[in-house]
Amino acid sequence: MTTRVLKQPKKNKTTQKKLLKSFKKNYALWLFVLPGIVLTFIFSYVPLYGVQIAFRNFNPKLGFFSSQWVGLKHFIRFFDSPYFFMTIKNTFVLSFYSLVAGFPIPILLALLLNSFRHKRYRKVIQTVTYAPNFISTVVMCGMLLLFLSPRVGVINSVITFFGGEAINFMGEKSLWRHIYVWSGVWQGMGWSSVIYFAALSSVSPELHEAARMDGASKFQMVRYIDFPSIIPTATILLILSCGSILSVGFEKVFLLQNDLNLSVSQVISTYVYKVGLIDNNISYSSAIGLFNSGVNALLLIAVNRISKKLSGISLW
Amino acid sequence: MKKTVHARQDKIYDITIFIILSIIFLIVAYPLYFIVISSVSNPEAVASGQVFLYPIGLTLKGYGEVFKNNEVMTGFLNSLFYTFCGVLLNLTVTLPTAFALSRDKFNGKKLVTIFYMITMFVSGGMIPTYLVVKNLHLLDSMFALILPGALGVYNMIVARTFFKMNISEELYDAAAIDGCGDGKFFFRIALPLSKAIIAIMVLYYGVGHWNSYFSALLYIKSEAKFPLQLVLRSILVQNESHLKQAMTTAAQIKAMEEKRQLMELMKYSLIIISSIPVLVMYPFVQKHFVKGVMIGSIKG
Repeated sequence: MTTRVLKQPKKNKTTQKKLLKSFKKNYALWLFVLPGIVLTFIFSYVPLYGVQIAFRNFNPKLGFFSSQWVGLKHFIRFFDSPYFFMTIKNTFVLSFYSLVAGFPIPILLALLLNSFRHKRYRKVIQTVTYAPNFISTVVMCGMLLLFLSPRVGVINSVITFFGGEAINFMGEKSLWRHIYVWSGVWQGMGWSSVIYFAALSSVSPELHEAARMDGASKFQMVRYIDFPSIIPTATILLILSCGSILSVGFEKVFLLQNDLNLSVSQVISTYVYKVGLIDNNISYSSAIGLFNSGVNALLLIAVNRISKKLSGISLW
Repeated sequence: MKKTVHARQDKIYDITIFIILSIIFLIVAYPLYFIVISSVSNPEAVASGQVFLYPIGLTLKGYGEVFKNNEVMTGFLNSLFYTFCGVLLNLTVTLPTAFALSRDKFNGKKLVTIFYMITMFVSGGMIPTYLVVKNLHLLDSMFALILPGALGVYNMIVARTFFKMNISEELYDAAAIDGCGDGKFFFRIALPLSKAIIAIMVLYYGVGHWNSYFSALLYIKSEAKFPLQLVLRSILVQNESHLKQAMTTAAQIKAMEEKRQLMELMKYSLIIISSIPVLVMYPFVQKHFVKGVMIGSIKG
């Protein structure tokens, strides 16, 4: 008994010493990571801890963590409100539509570009299709409003030129989702295809040569060699985008919102902004935000598990 | 026999993808081209839909209007300043972190990596983050725009992979034998060998700062500190202009109509001017951009 007691601290001391020694050896590297850790801690971890205001009645005088505890009150209030169904539905529809439209097109573009022989024209197409990715969201929405304007927009000019009637695009709520999604496809397809293009460039040319010897046509090579080679990349990206299906980007939705399309364009993130920072309902809006990230996390785990079972590809 | 059949199929395939790619090219390029030609056309011609393939009634009035607009000019300078300071901070935080995490001997590697990975999947959300910024008394200050995003985890992983692939272990060993410590090694040897990744980081972060409006919308209150994107928002999206006086006589209404068309024209010029920094960098760095995505897709 006594020996055991004596032994234990001795052992601890040596591990401590070891730790200290290796820390000393690495002290410069620890200094390197320190600023990032401090900043990330303050701006990512403290808010994470601050999530608990969703379970309290936020009172600015009492501050962050001593406001009154109210449990799930704000969550229940959200579930009971008419906005619950509306915002969830809008978020889901918009995300899902974006995913269905935006996911396959970059893959297709990469496959087409990769099997296109003319190097210079290929380069030109790549340069041009990447470019919209660098347009800011504000400018992108400004462009949309300019092009779609009922009085001076170029699209309505074309419509009226052919004898049609001008359409008030932004006022027509049935068109809003299509405008949102397809402008997003326009802006993102080139850039999203880069990652598939990278995956395709690692396909060994010997495979193509062998297929050629066996008498495969070009289309067959794309179908049976190129396409399968990017499936792992595509699966990972699909899992990731499924995991964020409830977090439709705030920025663009917010800018394209107006009173006429609010019933299809109010999504969870814009609602959180409105309730929290415009109406100053801090705790209620934090609860909605927390609910949103909770569902996202669950979706990510579920999709990852399904993918692991079906294809053996997973994030972790 | 079989071969000729395939040769014909190949030809059809080639022509088909040529056509599809050309259509894609036109769809992406035309709106961009249209903005350019409209920005130098007569406002009346743009408004009546005559401008289609080339500029009509060449004029630089729209650009003149932009340069006369004080808000735009202040915003432009503010954005340049925010972008410059922001990128500087991003680099001083991201590159050393990435370097440390790329070293096999670093005993905190796993711990620190997990610390960052967690932030990729869970976050406090808009409101708790806002409250932190508020409690630190950073509202309406430039620091609210640059401190919270000082280290982008994705960018850091890209840089880490780059260091791992490009700076060999032998180089470390050789330097260590000559008595070179980690700090000295990073500044004297690793950084000079890493110009490509520095370029990628400057661009990724730079474009991010230049294009961002959301954090400014949340945190910046005084108009004199607005970045360009917020000014653009009020002109391009919210359609706020300074012509809200009452107009009564016919001449005044006509003047007003002209002014309104000029405002529309100014929007096209504004789009071009706001994109200048990115446009200037784009041709030089396009290959770096792509390389960055490729490094990111490999992961480490």
